[in-house]
Parts: sequence; structure tokens; C-alpha cells
Amino acid sequence: MSKQINVALIGNPNTGKTSVFNQLTGLNQKVGNYPGITVEKKEGICKLPRGIKAHILDLPGTYSLNTTSLDESVAVELLLNKNDKNHPDLAIVVSDVENLKRNLLLFTQIKDLKIPAILVINMADRMSRKGITVDIPLLEEKLNTKIALVSTRKGVGIDRLKELISDYKNLSTVQNVDITVIDPGYFQKLKEAFPNEDLYKLWLVITQDVNFMPIEKKLFKDASSFATKSKSELKRLQQKETILRYQFINGILKGTYKVDLAIAKGFRASLDKVLTHKIFGYVIFMVILLTIFQGIYEWSGYPQDLIETFFASASSWVKDTLPPGVFTNLIAEGVLTGIGGIAMFIPQIAFLFLFISLLEETGYMSRVVFLMDRLMRPFGLSGKSVVPLISGTACAIPAVMATRTIENWKERLITILVTPFTTCSARLPIYIIIIALVIPEGSFLGLGYKALTLMLLYLLGFGAAIFSALILNKILKIKGRSFFVVEMPNYKLPLPKNVAYTVWEKTKSFVLGAGKIILAISVVLWFLGSNGYADDFKNADEIVANRIQTEGFSDFNQTSIVSALSAYELAIKDSISTNAYQMDTAALSDSLAQKQTFLEQKALHQEISSYKLENSYMGYMGKAIEPIVHPLGYDWKIGIAVLTSFAAREVFVGTLATIYSVGSDEEQTIQNRMAAEINPKTKKPLFNLASGVSLLLFYAFAMQCMSTLAVVKRETNTWKWPAAQLVFMSAFAYIVALVAYQTLK
Amino acid sequence: MGITVAQLKKGQKGIIKEFSDDSLPIKLLELGCLPGNEIELVQVAPFKDPIYINVNGSHIAIRRETAQLIELEIIEDTPVL
Repeated sequence: MSKQINVALIGNPNTGKTSVFNQLTGLNQKVGNYPGITVEKKEGICKLPRGIKAHILDLPGTYSLNTTSLDESVAVELLLNKNDKNHPDLAIVVSDVENLKRNLLLFTQIKDLKIPAILVINMADRMSRKGITVDIPLLEEKLNTKIALVSTRKGVGIDRLKELISDYKNLSTVQNVDITVIDPGYFQKLKEAFPNEDLYKLWLVITQDVNFMPIEKKLFKDASSFATKSKSELKRLQQKETILRYQFINGILKGTYKVDLAIAKGFRASLDKVLTHKIFGYVIFMVILLTIFQGIYEWSGYPQDLIETFFASASSWVKDTLPPGVFTNLIAEGVLTGIGGIAMFIPQIAFLFLFISLLEETGYMSRVVFLMDRLMRPFGLSGKSVVPLISGTACAIPAVMATRTIENWKERLITILVTPFTTCSARLPIYIIIIALVIPEGSFLGLGYKALTLMLLYLLGFGAAIFSALILNKILKIKGRSFFVVEMPNYKLPLPKNVAYTVWEKTKSFVLGAGKIILAISVVLWFLGSNGYADDFKNADEIVANRIQTEGFSDFNQTSIVSALSAYELAIKDSISTNAYQMDTAALSDSLAQKQTFLEQKALHQEISSYKLENSYMGYMGKAIEPIVHPLGYDWKIGIAVLTSFAAREVFVGTLATIYSVGSDEEQTIQNRMAAEINPKTKKPLFNLASGVSLLLFYAFAMQCMSTLAVVKRETNTWKWPAAQLVFMSAFAYIVALVAYQTLK
Repeated sequence: MGITVAQLKKGQKGIIKEFSDDSLPIKLLELGCLPGNEIELVQVAPFKDPIYINVNGSHIAIRRETAQLIELEIIEDTPVL
């Protein structure tokens, strides 16, 4: 077997590094995290000529080896650490032809580490349009390297790149720049102290934490003690180093790289003028946001319905096919429902990332940051927080995943923590049913009270998000770069392949990462809701049947059966009188009897499941927490619904339907049944203005969504933040609901 | 302190002077914001902040507070748009 070559792909952001990675590896790639941190790790296998294989690691984009963020320090640490199993045999530095000068800064640094390096000049297809000419052979000679001129858009030059990779042993490892000239005395002393080490490497280790947090200095144990210079002196030396490198680069490019400036300008400037305009800029952004919103809110509804139907029928197929028993129930009601619950989110995630990757690929996202930065800054948020916050209004799960585009960790964390406050679509069924029940008819300035309440709840969600961001910004002590430098890349047409990979990757990582946790919790919730230890639970069928024998159906079911029957009778008689079809009296009473049996069977099933839920573990837990939820105006039945809806908020309505033993598919019935529920002590309706408002507020603020928690765990790589969210949001929701109920009652 | 990037008008250009201040982010230097280089103010965001500059072919957005750290010599003959 031939040896695998370790290749690191490195380059400035916006150079099309990811496109090169996709071209080299195809679908042979996997995305994960570096251990212990949330920096994305992309790796893949590339097949080279003559049966050689290369392991390609796509390092986070960086402008230089002077780290200013966690992402960059990951790249630097890997390049410095010879013992890392991914330490590259070869580095591919990706640059783009329009910004070659700036890209070469990083190239010279890597060259100075004596790592064999190939220079990829990407976006070669833009050269003629931009009036650029490059003398490749001369540039190769001056930089002492091999160059692949590539166009990932046209798929040109990849074969030559593969050829160069397989031939990496012939690359020169001579340094480009001798940095010791910036302070000969200092470097002389360094050399005396560490005669066996490479000076440039030492220099990088020493300066690692000048601009950013420390990376562990395990490489040279004593180097950190060699801090004979203050931070600001080191920084000054870094500046000198940068200037020195640019001098070198300018000298090289003089004879090899030419731009005809007259051709280069134009398109970008005029597009910028519109897209960052103080009025049109916002209008265009609002239109784009609305489109995204429409996509995840409306368009994803169709595939979601299909998924729901599919899993419902799969579940009943399993029940019908497998022999009845605990195992069948586990599969049909626990596992399949759980997987269905995960699959439900796939359309929303796919839609959001389709839009986001389009925004990123075209270069528009940077303009959004430019437009929104000033507005979001006071809250400790980034211009890029806007997209997650708005898409949180559809669903917090893709929104939290979308925060990956925010480079600054503190801004990203705050965005993750506050996004679940925005009113997601799962809150809507609860809001609608409770508002219909408790908010009186009437209008204010032409707007109905009910509509106003709904709008108020949306505003409340946004307000809570912004307000908590403000507080978090004050209390979170996270070191990070505090400055703001955003590159405004050139506008480009998105590459469909890159967009497709992003959508695929994000969906996969949700299903495999957060999906496991969601499945586990839904199985647990299912178990608690459909099992009980008492005889009451085990003999539910007989107990309920006996009760109905002696006492008849519950009052609500009795009246609803009677009214359903008379409506049915009326409908048939209507049809007969209009001669739609013929029926004699015997057939009519037969038909009515059949309908009655059907309705009674249905009522029996509903009362059994209600009784079972009441006596399940979940039912006991609901009763156990009644003292806690009582001050909010809830009884144990609502308590159970609050517990089960931890799986997902929309489950609240379904649980109430089960426990009130009505069919969960008829919204009007549930609402009528809820309206009929009487508080045994006050003899008044249980769902009144006070308890209704309390419920609305509770669901507005509470972290009632295990899927979001699972995603936050995945995105922050620790249980600390989701736990904090759960505790603080629930406590806050409880207090607000308590105050509301006690004041209104 | 003399004239800084923060005082440029839209479309105006200048040449960056020697830095007096080492609090300037290293990233700006890496992007080409070096003494002697030409800098152009391309666009100003609503609310006057951040600003969008073109320096040495790099198009970048920086906040006004950072722009105030970069001293320059205005090139007088650039037409103000």
C-alpha cells in the first residue's frame, strides 16, 4: 500500500478555498469539530495519479499566521506541531488572482516554516475580464515553488494541481524572507538560547498571544520564558515583519503581475452603491429576509406535511404488521415518532442554508454586516446576528446552526443564547388556541384584540432576545478580538456545487449530531407517557369500560355524541328530501345505529388513552408538579401538557387533546373542550384571561424545546450553555407567568 | 493628531503616513493597510459607521474608531463624489 500524503489546504477567506477542497475530494469528505472547541474541521481524501492518495485537511481561512482568533490559532498550531498526526507533508496555499499580493503574505510565511508549499492561483477565469496578466514561470522561479493556475468555476487546472501534489517531494523548502533583519540583535539572542530550533518557528510561538488568546506553548517549553520584550514591542516587530514581507512581495510582483486598472473597475462599484445604500440597501435586505422567512415558514411546510404523513403511516404499518407487544409499541410510537420529529426539521434547515450559502457565496453577507453593524453593536451582537435572529422566527434550530458564520465567539455565543426567545412557528398552535379561548372579541384602532395579542407576543419575543443580549454582553467575560475588520469580497455568481455541499453538510450534521439526543429524549418521553406501574394503568381498558357501563361517558363526550348524531341524521334527511339518494326508515335507523357505535367506540378509545395518560409515569409527574404550577393558574392536566411539550412546544395541544379525551385532529373540538373545562374550586372556566395570559407568557419565554437544546449543545460543544438556557429561560418564564396570573386573577 | 481616514469624504483618497500608534489591529496591516499605500473611502454605512475603504486593492469595512487611528495625507486632486 502506498503512503498517504498529508495535505493542508490553507488560504485567505474568500479565495475559493472551499471550492478547491470540493474539487479535490468530491463527496469523500467529512465535517466535524476540532476536539474540545467549536472550530469546524473539514477533511477528505483525494485520489492522485499513480494510485497515491492524499488526506486533505481544509484549515480555517486566515490572512496570516499572526493569530487573532481561535480559528486561526487552530491553523497555526497544526503547522507548528510536528507531532500532530495531521501535520502536513505539504501545504497548498490557495489565493485568488485579483488579490494575489495580499494572499502572498500568507504564502511567504508558510514557506518560511520550511513546509513544502504549492501556490494555487484561483479564479483564473476572471483574469481577462479584470485585465490581469501573470508570468507564471517567472513567479514560480522567484517564489521558489510550483504554481497551479486554477479555475474552480470552470474546473480547469485541478489535474495539474493533483500532479503537483503527488510530486511534492521535489518542492523546494528554501525560505522566502529572512525575518531576522527586523531586529538582528534579538534574533541573535534567540538563536543562542535555542540553537536547535528554527528561528521563524520560535518567533511564531513567542508572538502567538500578542493579538489573541494564548495557544498552549507545549512545543517549546522554555520559549514563553523568553519574553524579553513587552507585548507592544513584539507587536511593533510584527508590524515590521509585515512591512518587510510586503516589500519582498511587491518586488516580486513588479515583473510578473500586471493589472490594467481601466478594465478592473466598474461592476462592483455600481453594485455596492445600490446594495449598501442607506435606503435601498435596507429595502433590498428586508426583501431578502422576507424571502428567507417565507421559505422556512411556508415553503418548507409542504415537504414537512409529506414527512409527517409518511411517518404516521409508517407507524401504523408497523403496528399492523408486527405482533402486538412492548417492542412494537416502542418502534411505532417511540422510535418512529422520534425520528419523524427529527426529520420534520430537515426542510427548514435545508431552506435556510440554501439561502445563507447563496448570500455567502455571492459576497452579499459582508454587505449585510456593513449595513447592520451599527444597529446591532449596542447589544453585543454582530451584523451577522440578524439572519439567525430573523430566521429564529420560523425555527430556532436552523437559526442556531446559522450562527457559525459569526467569527467572533462572544457575539456568536450571545446570538445562540438569545435566539430561542424569538417566536418560532412551534409556539403558534399554542398561541392561536389560547388566544381564541381567552382574549375577548373587540378591536382597537381597527385591529382585533386577538390579532393585537399575537403581534404583541412576537414583539415580546424580539424584545426578550434583544434585552437579554444587552445583559449577556455586560456579564459575559470572554476575551476575543474586539476590533472589527470585515473584508468586502468581490461579487460572484454562486457555484451550485458549493451550495449543494453546504445544504447537505448542515442537514447531515443536524441529523447525526443533534438527532441522537432528540431521539433519546423522545423515546424517554414516550416511555414515561405510555407506561405506568400502578394497576390502574395496566387495567385501564377494563376500568374505563366498567366505568362507562355504570356511569356512561363523560358529560362532554355524551353531549358531543348526541349532537354529532343529530347532525348526521339531519344531513341524511336533507339528502333524502332533495332526492340525492333513497333510503327507507329501517335503513336510516340502521345507519344511525352504526354511526352511534362508531362514535361510542371512538369515545371509548379516547377515554382509555386519557385514563392511561393520567395514570402513566408522566401523569404522576404532572400531578406531582401541580403544587408548582398551581400558582400560575394551571391544574395537573396542564402540568402534564407542559411536561410533554418539552419534546416540542406544539405537543402541548395534542397532549391536552389526549387528556381531555377528544380527538387531536379536530381543532375546534379541542377548543370547545378546553372552554368547557371547569376549575373545581371556583366553578368557573379553567381557561380564563388570567390563566390564559399566564400560559401565553410561559410559552413565550420558556425553553420548551429539547431539539434546540440539543443543537446548542452541538454548537457550543458543552452542556453548560444549553443547561444555562434551560434554567434561566424556564425560571424567567415561571416568574413572569406567576406575576401575570396573580395580578390578573 | 493630523487628518485620519475617518475624515475622508466619499471617493476621496489619501496616502497612509507612518503609524504613531501600535494599537492598530495587525489584521489591517496584513490586508495591506501599510504606510505609503493609497487608501480610498468607498462608502459610508448609514449612521456614519462603519466605513468601507479600498486600500492597496483590498476592500474592507472598518469601524470609525479604528479609522481614527490611521493618519494620512489627502491626495488633493481626487474629485469628491
